[in-house]
Amino acid sequence: MDLSPDTLTLHSLLEDRLKFRVERDVLAEAVAWAARTLPTRPSLPVLAGVVLDATSGSLQLSSFDYEVSARVDVSADVDEPGRVLVSGRLLADIARSLPAQPVVMQTDGTRVSITCGRSTFALPTLPVEDYPQLPAMPGVAGSVPSDVFAAAVAQVAIAAGRDDTLPTLTGVRMEIDGSTIVLAATDRYRLAVREFSWTPTSSSISATALVPAKTLSDAAKSLAGGDSVFIALTPDAAGLIGFEGEGRRSTTRLLDGEFPKYRSLLPNESSTVASVDTQALIDAVKRVALVAERNTPVRLTFDGSEVSLRAGAGDDAQASEVVESVTEGDVIEIAFNPGYLIDGLVAVNSPIARFSFTQSTRPAVITGVSEVSAASSDAYRYLLMPVRLTG
Amino acid sequence: MSRSQVRRPAGFVGFGDDDSSCPILHVDMDAFYASVELRTRPELIGQPVIVGGGGGRGVVLSATYEARALGIHSAMPIARAHRLAPQAIFIEPTHGLYSEVSAGVMEIFESITPIVEPLSLDEAFLDVSGALRRLGTPTSIAHLIRARVVAEQGITCSVGVASTKFVAKLASTRSKPDGLLVIPIDKVLAFLHPLPVGALWGVGERTEESLHRLGLRTVGDIAHTPLDTMKRALGEAAGVQLHELSWGRDNRSVTPHQPDKSIGNESTFNQDVDDPEVILRHLMRLSDQVAGRMRNAGHVGRTISIKIRFADFSTITRSRTMQVPTDTAKEIFDVARGLYEALGLQRVRIRLVGVRMEGLEDASEAPHQMTFDEPAHGHRDAEVAIDALRSRFGATAVQPGRLTPGKTEQKGQE
Repeated sequence: MDLSPDTLTLHSLLEDRLKFRVERDVLAEAVAWAARTLPTRPSLPVLAGVVLDATSGSLQLSSFDYEVSARVDVSADVDEPGRVLVSGRLLADIARSLPAQPVVMQTDGTRVSITCGRSTFALPTLPVEDYPQLPAMPGVAGSVPSDVFAAAVAQVAIAAGRDDTLPTLTGVRMEIDGSTIVLAATDRYRLAVREFSWTPTSSSISATALVPAKTLSDAAKSLAGGDSVFIALTPDAAGLIGFEGEGRRSTTRLLDGEFPKYRSLLPNESSTVASVDTQALIDAVKRVALVAERNTPVRLTFDGSEVSLRAGAGDDAQASEVVESVTEGDVIEIAFNPGYLIDGLVAVNSPIARFSFTQSTRPAVITGVSEVSAASSDAYRYLLMPVRLTG
Repeated sequence: MSRSQVRRPAGFVGFGDDDSSCPILHVDMDAFYASVELRTRPELIGQPVIVGGGGGRGVVLSATYEARALGIHSAMPIARAHRLAPQAIFIEPTHGLYSEVSAGVMEIFESITPIVEPLSLDEAFLDVSGALRRLGTPTSIAHLIRARVVAEQGITCSVGVASTKFVAKLASTRSKPDGLLVIPIDKVLAFLHPLPVGALWGVGERTEESLHRLGLRTVGDIAHTPLDTMKRALGEAAGVQLHELSWGRDNRSVTPHQPDKSIGNESTFNQDVDDPEVILRHLMRLSDQVAGRMRNAGHVGRTISIKIRFADFSTITRSRTMQVPTDTAKEIFDVARGLYEALGLQRVRIRLVGVRMEGLEDASEAPHQMTFDEPAHGHRDAEVAIDALRSRFGATAVQPGRLTPGKTEQKGQE
C-alpha cells in the first residue's frame, strides 16, 4: 500500500475505532498463538505488540519480528471494524486469566478497554501504522496429518545445534521429493533423520529448505491440535516457508548456508546389532549417569544377552547396572554422553531400541522397533558419535 | 607489591627474634623488574629508574626505591610518571628476562622446601616446617634464602617470617627493601593493631572507605568492634574475615601449585580503536596465545569469555560455555568472535580487549566427544605442530596469515 501522509493519518484515525465481542477461550488461544513468537527484547517497541484486526464477523491477530510471523483468524461479533496494536505479552496474560465469559474489547481514545464479566482492563495502544507488514504466505505445496508432522519434527529437532556460532546447524533440513519428506538435523555430535509421506499438490515437487529448528518445532507443536498442516513453500517466495492449519498460519525466514552432506554418514553395515527395552535402558542410563560428572560418559558393553552400563572412574563415585538385551555379532564396549544417549532413546519413541555398531570410535545408529523380532525400519534414525576414552 | 602505609619507618626496630612458631616465610623481590635491569646497568644504581613500556599508554611495571621516593608506584600510567619524575630513567621491559630470573629464584625456594606457593613472578610463600631439622631455624633459613638470591641472581629480596601467611606478607612488606622481619607469635597483635586498616588482606579502596566512615582507622579498631557491627557494615563473609584477620587468625595453609582456574590474555591498544577488523585481529592473536598456554599447561576448557574495556574505562565481559571442552585457537577464536559480534558495537572506541578460558580440566583426563566431521588430522594437530616450531624458533615463527606483519596495524601491548 502506498499512502500519502495525509491519507495515512486519516486512515489510522478511522482504523483505531474498533469494537468486538469474542468468547474468552477463543481469544486466549488466539492470543497465545500470535504472541508465542514475540521477542523478549524487541529491537523496536512496536514489535512487542500484537495487531488486532476486526472485520465483519471475524477477528484476526498477527505478529511479526522480521523473522517469524504468526497470524490467526477467529470468529467474533464485530460492531465496529478496526485495527489496533497492543502489548502482546500483556494481552496474553490478561486473556489467560479472564473468567470464562464473553470478552468485549473496544477502543477508547488512545486505549483499548477489555471487559469480561466484572473485570475491566485498559491497555495503551501502540502506533499500528509503524507496524511492519507481514510477509505474504507462500503458495501451499502440500499437507500432512498434524500429529505425524509434530512427531517427526520433535524427533529431529532434538539433534539440532543450539550454538549460534554455527548457524547452519541450528536448522532442520527439509527435503521434499514427490510424496516423501525427509527431515534431518545435526549438531556434529548426533544426527537425526526422519522420513515420512505427505500429500503434495504436485507429485513432481522437489525442494529443499533449512528451517530454524526452534521455530519449526514451535509451529509443529502449536499446530498439532488440528487435522492437517499445510506446508507453504514455493520457489518464488525465496527464503520463506509457511505452515498453516485450523485458521492459524506462521511464516519463518529460512537459514542460509550449506547443510552438511549427512547421507554419507549413515553406515551401510554393522558388526553388532543389539535390541534393548527402551524404557528399561533410559531408566538405567539416568541412574548410572548420576555419578557421571559433566562431560564424563556412560560406558556400555553389549555382550550376548545383556548390556552392562558403567559411569565414574578413578577416585570419583562410580555406578554400574546391567540391562537385558539381545545382541548379535561382536562384543562391543562404547561410551556415550548420557544426555545425548537419552535424547535418542526418547526420540525413537518405540518399545524396543535397536542399536547397530561398527567400532567404538564410529557412530552408533539407534532405531525403534515394536518388538525384538521385528525387522528394522529406516523411517527414523538417530546417529550418535561416541566419546573417545583416554587411558 | 608493597603498600606504602606499611613501609619500614625510620629507626624501626624489630619485634624480637623468637621464631619458634613461625614456619611461614613470605619472600618478595625488591623492585623486581628494575633490580633485574640494574644488574646489567650498574651505572644506574642509586638513580630513580622506572621500568615500563608501550609508549604513552603503558603503565609502570616496576620502579627503584629512588623513583618511589618521587611518588612513582607500579601500575601508574607512564605518562603520569613522566610528569612526576622527568629526571627518572625510563627503561623498556626486556621480554622473557624476568620469567627467567623468576624461575631461578623459584628454584632456590624449591631446594629449601617443596611447599612453595608462588603468588606472582616475584613473590612466594614458603612453609619451612619440614626443613627445620635440615637447615635450622626459620630465621636462619630466611638469611640463607636472601644470601642465595643475591649470590645467584644478583638481586635483593625481603623476607617476612611469621606464624600465618598474611602476617608473613605484612612483615616482608614492612622490612623492605633488602630486609628481614620476624613477628614472634606473641607479638602478632602488637605488630598488627597499630597498622592502618588498608594493610589487611581484602581491604581495597571501597572497603577502606566504608571502614573509615565507621571511624575505624587501624587494625586494632576493627579488632575491638563487635563482630555484628562489622557484618552489618561489610556483609557476612567480609565482616567475619576482617574480624578474624584483625586478631591475627588466618588458617590458610601454603598450597604448592594452585591449579589454574582460568587462563587469559589481554591487550591494551596504544590508541583507542573502533575498527572491528583490528579488534578481531587482536582477538585472534589473544585466542592463539591462550590456546598455546592451555596446551602448554595440559588444560582444556569449556567456557570462553571476552573482556572489552571502552575508552571511558567501563568494562564488560561476555562468556559462552561450550558443550565440549577445547584447547584450540580456532575454536576459541570462533566463539570470541561470536561474542564480540553479538555486542553489535557501532564504532565504539575500545581501549582493551581480552580473551579468557574458564572451567579448566586436565586434558589427559577429559573424555573427548567425537564429531562427525572430525578429520584424522584437525586444527589441533596443526596447532600442536606450531607449538613445537615456536618453542624452537620463537613466538612469531608461525602465525595466522591475518596476523602477519605488513598490514598497517597499530600494535597493542600485552
